[in-house]
Amino acid sequence: MSAAAAAGHALHVLRGNRVSALAAILGLVLVLAAVIGPLLTRYDPVTSDVAHALQPPSAAHWAGTDQLGRDVLARVVAAGRLDYAIAAAAVFLSFIVGAVIGGACGFRGGAVDRWVGRVVDVLMAFPLFVLAMAMVAALGNRVENIVYATAIINLPFYIRFARAEVAVRRQAGWVEAASASGNGPGRIVLRFLLPNVLPAMAVQISLNLGWAILNAAGLSFIGLGVRPPTPEWGIMVAEGARFITVGHWWLVAFPGLALMLSVLCFNLLGDGLRDMLDPRMRT
Amino acid sequence: MRKLAGIARLAGQRLLSSLPALLGVVVFTFVLMRVLPGDPAVFFASGPSAGQQEIQDLRHQMGLDRSIPVQLAFYLRDIGTGSFGRSMTTGQPVLKDLRERLPASLELTFTALFIALGLAIPMGVAAALNPGTAIDHAVRFLCTLGVCVPTFVSGLLLIYVFYYLAGIAPDPTGRIDVFTAPPPSLTGFLVIDSLLAGDAEAAAAALRQLVLPAATMALFVLAPLARMTRASMLAVLGSDFIRTGRAMGLSRSRIIVVYALRNAALPVLTIAGIVFSTMLGANVLVEKVFSWPGVAAYALDALLASDYAPVQGFVLLMASIFVLVNLLVDVLYGLADPRVAAA
Repeated sequence: MSAAAAAGHALHVLRGNRVSALAAILGLVLVLAAVIGPLLTRYDPVTSDVAHALQPPSAAHWAGTDQLGRDVLARVVAAGRLDYAIAAAAVFLSFIVGAVIGGACGFRGGAVDRWVGRVVDVLMAFPLFVLAMAMVAALGNRVENIVYATAIINLPFYIRFARAEVAVRRQAGWVEAASASGNGPGRIVLRFLLPNVLPAMAVQISLNLGWAILNAAGLSFIGLGVRPPTPEWGIMVAEGARFITVGHWWLVAFPGLALMLSVLCFNLLGDGLRDMLDPRMRT
Repeated sequence: MRKLAGIARLAGQRLLSSLPALLGVVVFTFVLMRVLPGDPAVFFASGPSAGQQEIQDLRHQMGLDRSIPVQLAFYLRDIGTGSFGRSMTTGQPVLKDLRERLPASLELTFTALFIALGLAIPMGVAAALNPGTAIDHAVRFLCTLGVCVPTFVSGLLLIYVFYYLAGIAPDPTGRIDVFTAPPPSLTGFLVIDSLLAGDAEAAAAALRQLVLPAATMALFVLAPLARMTRASMLAVLGSDFIRTGRAMGLSRSRIIVVYALRNAALPVLTIAGIVFSTMLGANVLVEKVFSWPGVAAYALDALLASDYAPVQGFVLLMASIFVLVNLLVDVLYGLADPRVAAA
């Protein structure tokens, strides 16, 4: 399929699926807000202004101010950069590593495949969030460790997926042809098999991004990973939690809304992507 | 009889095949906990003024001066004899702590699963009976929304609405309010214990504390259950025996409830098992928001205090429950579907 045809097909699917189109627009807005938003807000996300602490949303502070008088909107927007970066890095990492390991196992089979399968089973027998918690605690309370922890708990799913997809194609005629024309196994997996598996994995990636955001925010919420005063949605909710019983809802609601919209957007995009790649939709 | 034997064989095979994974979990957790930063001996010494000798003694007492493989061997032996070590923060054996706190987590998780199933099955059935209609879309919308709101946000917003605004929920901390005497412990489930003791007031107090955290968790797991109910109902409704039933003039309700739902329940059961074990581990966040004294909150506190033994015990407990629940689902599956045990 040429690039133009692919774009045409994407447009066709989006026209038939207004939800996906809306999700695509929402995603664009959210990413734009995270990238250029901090330049547009009037307030600095970490400078405190105790004279104006805990104010409800107003014309001056659209999303109110927190206990140190920092503008909640500025912090929510600034946190977007960090949360998206963490999620994207984690998913990218587990995708690359998972595709290579899973691809190799699916292609080779044998003892290595069995051992990798065992390790994957062990990883999946863990309560995943608890595993992530323990890993961040073990590696140290830093942002990159949230990325590693999230990547590792995602890894089993990518390995299994890539393995299964490669294994069903291993015997295909074109793989034999590639082998007969002198391509080594590494080259066959990387150049021929993985590109064929890529579209199906794109769906997984999109659904995973939402989950990675929830995971990173959850870790920060319980005090692991990102540390205050860095603006991050999970931390903002954790700080706001102290004020919810006295009615300061905006401290929790706005970072919560940002989290919800982001996850919603990635999930809907994943569903849309699946529709787009499903041959039955192609008429 | 042959059917039961078949199920027993199936269960036995499953149990055997899950043993290596369980052993892997133990070793993995052990290694993970040993590479944690910070010296627990220094942490639990009386304070910064603790002498070198005191720290050395503690380290020896905790077995930290041995090599890692030796420590692992000791640990495996301890687990084999049912000893999970001692929590440094509570000063009690981990097994005792876990046993005290597990009912709190189980009560919360069971209630949440009950609420979720009570909502998800009617929703899924309604969506499957009216595919493509407004009802179907509404169910899908609710499910999509449910998985997108993190539990720590939805829990806090529920507290805001029902505690602060409406004033009908109690103070969101713990399992029972401070003015009510907890019932004598029999099952560890406060609501059931109160009812057994004939104390309606305590039961109501415990139930009031339970509703919000359980609803928070239920909201999050609604989606997989409702989606599976819808998909499996749709598949069953399209099958031949339903058409035959219709042709024979059976009533609509009889077809749906007796013939379709019963057959559609099997995949839902599998998902419910997975959801249950996931909730039990993932309710760290809910327990934290509602100050619920469960096992997950216990493990988190221990983790933040670099207290290894409770975390290991917790993870092992979770993995065992995971295996057991899967086993139970397999057995139930075999009872419900004769084809499974025969195969």
